[in-house]
Amino acid sequence: MVGITSYGAYIPLYRLNRTTIYLSLGWLNPASLLPGEKAVANYDEDSLTMAVASGMDCLTGADREKIDGLFFATTTAPYKERQNAGIIATALDLGPSIRTSDFTTSMKAGTGALVSAYDAVTSGSAKNVLVCASDCRLGKPGGFQEEIYGDGAAAFLLGNSGVIASIEGTYSVSYDFVDTWRAEEDKYNRAWEDRWIRDEGYGRFISEAISGLLEKYNLTPKDFAKVAYPCLYIRAHADIGKRLGFEPGQIQDHLFTSMGHTGTAYPLMMLAAALEDAKPGDKILVASYGNGSDALFLEVTKEIKKARDRRGMRKHLESKKDLGSYEKYVTFREILDIDTGGRGEEIAGTQLSTLWRDRKTVLALCGSKCRRCGTPQYPFQQVCGNPKCGAINEMDSYRFSDRRGTLFTYTGDILAFSPSPPAIYGTVDFEGGGRWMFDLNDCELDALQVGMPVEMSFRRKYHDRAHGIHGYYWKATPLRA
Amino acid sequence: MAEGIKDKVAIIGMGCTKFGELWDKSPESLIIEAFTEAIEDAGIDKKDIGAAWSGTCYDEVSVGKSAIPLAVTLKLPFIPATRVENFCATGSEALRGACYAVASGAYDICLAVGVEKLKDIGYGGLPQNEVQWGTRLRFIMPNLTPPGAFAMMGTRYFAQYGLSREEGKHALARITVKSHHNGAMNPKAHLRREVTIDEVMNAPIVAWPLGLFDCCGVSDGAAAAIVTRAELAKQFRPDPVYVKALQIAASSGEEMVYTDWDYAHVESTVKASQRAYREAGVKNPRKEISMMEVHDCFSITELTIYEDLGISPRGRAKEDVEAGFFDLDGKIPCQPDGGLKCFGHPIGASGLRMMYEMYKQLQGKAGPRQIKSPKLGLTHNMGGIPPVNVVSVCMVGL
Repeated sequence: MVGITSYGAYIPLYRLNRTTIYLSLGWLNPASLLPGEKAVANYDEDSLTMAVASGMDCLTGADREKIDGLFFATTTAPYKERQNAGIIATALDLGPSIRTSDFTTSMKAGTGALVSAYDAVTSGSAKNVLVCASDCRLGKPGGFQEEIYGDGAAAFLLGNSGVIASIEGTYSVSYDFVDTWRAEEDKYNRAWEDRWIRDEGYGRFISEAISGLLEKYNLTPKDFAKVAYPCLYIRAHADIGKRLGFEPGQIQDHLFTSMGHTGTAYPLMMLAAALEDAKPGDKILVASYGNGSDALFLEVTKEIKKARDRRGMRKHLESKKDLGSYEKYVTFREILDIDTGGRGEEIAGTQLSTLWRDRKTVLALCGSKCRRCGTPQYPFQQVCGNPKCGAINEMDSYRFSDRRGTLFTYTGDILAFSPSPPAIYGTVDFEGGGRWMFDLNDCELDALQVGMPVEMSFRRKYHDRAHGIHGYYWKATPLRA
Repeated sequence: MAEGIKDKVAIIGMGCTKFGELWDKSPESLIIEAFTEAIEDAGIDKKDIGAAWSGTCYDEVSVGKSAIPLAVTLKLPFIPATRVENFCATGSEALRGACYAVASGAYDICLAVGVEKLKDIGYGGLPQNEVQWGTRLRFIMPNLTPPGAFAMMGTRYFAQYGLSREEGKHALARITVKSHHNGAMNPKAHLRREVTIDEVMNAPIVAWPLGLFDCCGVSDGAAAAIVTRAELAKQFRPDPVYVKALQIAASSGEEMVYTDWDYAHVESTVKASQRAYREAGVKNPRKEISMMEVHDCFSITELTIYEDLGISPRGRAKEDVEAGFFDLDGKIPCQPDGGLKCFGHPIGASGLRMMYEMYKQLQGKAGPRQIKSPKLGLTHNMGGIPPVNVVSVCMVGL
């Protein structure tokens, strides 16, 4: 049996009400108002950081050393060359003897990665493959794409033991159907006419893939507890399921009005939501849409009970804050080029040879634990920081990223440049020992207190446009859920 | 057996420029101005100088690296010249170099100059921090500024000692009001007006809980000192000022990574001052120190310094502050020249400017700010931020 052994998800804290967008830009196209809200990444989040967050959720309690593959699916990778999956693997503190790949350029890359991971484990060429899908897509301001896109991520661990939902079958169709596209030189997605997309692509390919799967495995809609597929248009979404013969109650909530279309992550996030409510024996069907469609079905096992402690979808959906203004959204996404002042323009150089030596320290938040006195310390110390110890070179690597801490002290700084002032930072004392100073985010200054619990979140610390560097590190946030 | 520096070195001349936003002055002209006042005060010629120490902090602005700018600006005749830097403790570091050089007997007369030209940065505050952390730390340090790093000491101090926001801000404001009262009387100071407690408490926040008036300004300026061996001092003037202690302490790194340190005090100040008192033969600092210039980059820094110097009891400096213990007419006047807060903080010069005030006070030349019969002056000069720093504590007397 091969299938999902764990899952996780991540939705950014902020939501942008679609009415807020409409109030800013609705004058351009009064017909563009859509209902609900979309999830929007903070200024320091991108597809990589969200993938790491979903991976952290998925790997709760897992033995990371057993993971021998990581596939990353996105259409909004920060790097066109520098393997993004490799950055995620480093951030998740996976070993180096693993297979990593980026899957990209299509909304169906998420299911593509999932199916490939399934194939790898089934063939025996890998044992535990982590699949992360994440997107942070941009539509041009004032357009329909901007309204529908949301930001989010999901992660699945595939293996052949302790399976909570086995993958039983797949069926794919592939079409060079150019409904939305983005070329090398474009910052924003482009789209052809929506009626054509709905009639010729969206309305056909998902049905074709699902029908193909049902026929291939001799199944009918009645056999399934849930069917999950992305929503581009709300009414058309319901029509797809209905025409295939599913009851409304079988159709997984598309979350279009609470999250938005999260790109490659979308079908996987709906799958995670379905698993949260699934019972042993349930069959779940999931299909993607984008230049065709991948459909796959899973059967939930008794082991599903083990995976109830994930944040997954529900807890992320429930913990949210209104971003409040469209101007903040376009500032955070670097659509509006704001005046950062001289201080904001100064970014220290990134010495990549230093980053290579210190990649565990910087990207994985690993420090060291003294073998002599047992004190955890960050960053990696060669000389023990315990004043009563002082041992030299008696250290083991020690990971802090998945440890909670308490906020020992903090401030909100208006002099430091931040696109979301004040710049908040503080000292975190980690559970079990160790201390360091971190930027904080996803919080308001007034809500902070000395001694409150915090957790660590992988974020884009800086964007050095002059040198093409997206620099990553960890920030502290109040407990998300 | 090491003997310490007490009574081995004397300061025989000092100079200090006006500090401020000196748009029309270059750092080179500031060096020359401070130097000229110093050698005139000492009554010596340039050729009498055996070796020189140049204190400048920033490479991004000001004169640039190495001791060459000092030597070339003053046309020093191929003498030994050294540039030193220890963040904001740079000025004291330059003095230390010159003092140890004459104490060793290697030279008779040495020069220390500190200079900084901060108003060429192009935006408010000090240069953006990351470059200064080095190539490794810049990846993992937060986006902090000096006000923020010290503000965290305010947050922690208030929480640890149970001060409400009002009580804490009031104590900090009282410190600022005291310094402004002194600075208003000092023609060389950058900021020269009195302020009220209300003004200070209600000033816009820079980094919570520090407001605009809790933070020293960013200034240009230079200061200089001429030193000689104690036994030669009276050849130059009847009233040399003798060095009683020159101490410095650099953080061990434990405050940053080990969870003992409380972020409500600066350990290096404790260590440096304890050694300085031993060196100078001071048994009871609260009783024996006549006056101080301490590193009031931020009001909260000054508050904790009182405790770290062993003068106020731990957690209770507020009582001394509110009682006027550190006022100009108090038991230990602190910041008689206005401090960093009012005189200004051109980083490389500050340590020497502190010494300039102690020197002038001991010689009875402080005008309306004159303290009655001072015997022992202390300067405290701190570079870095509360969790990782270098602190110099020096003492001078008659």
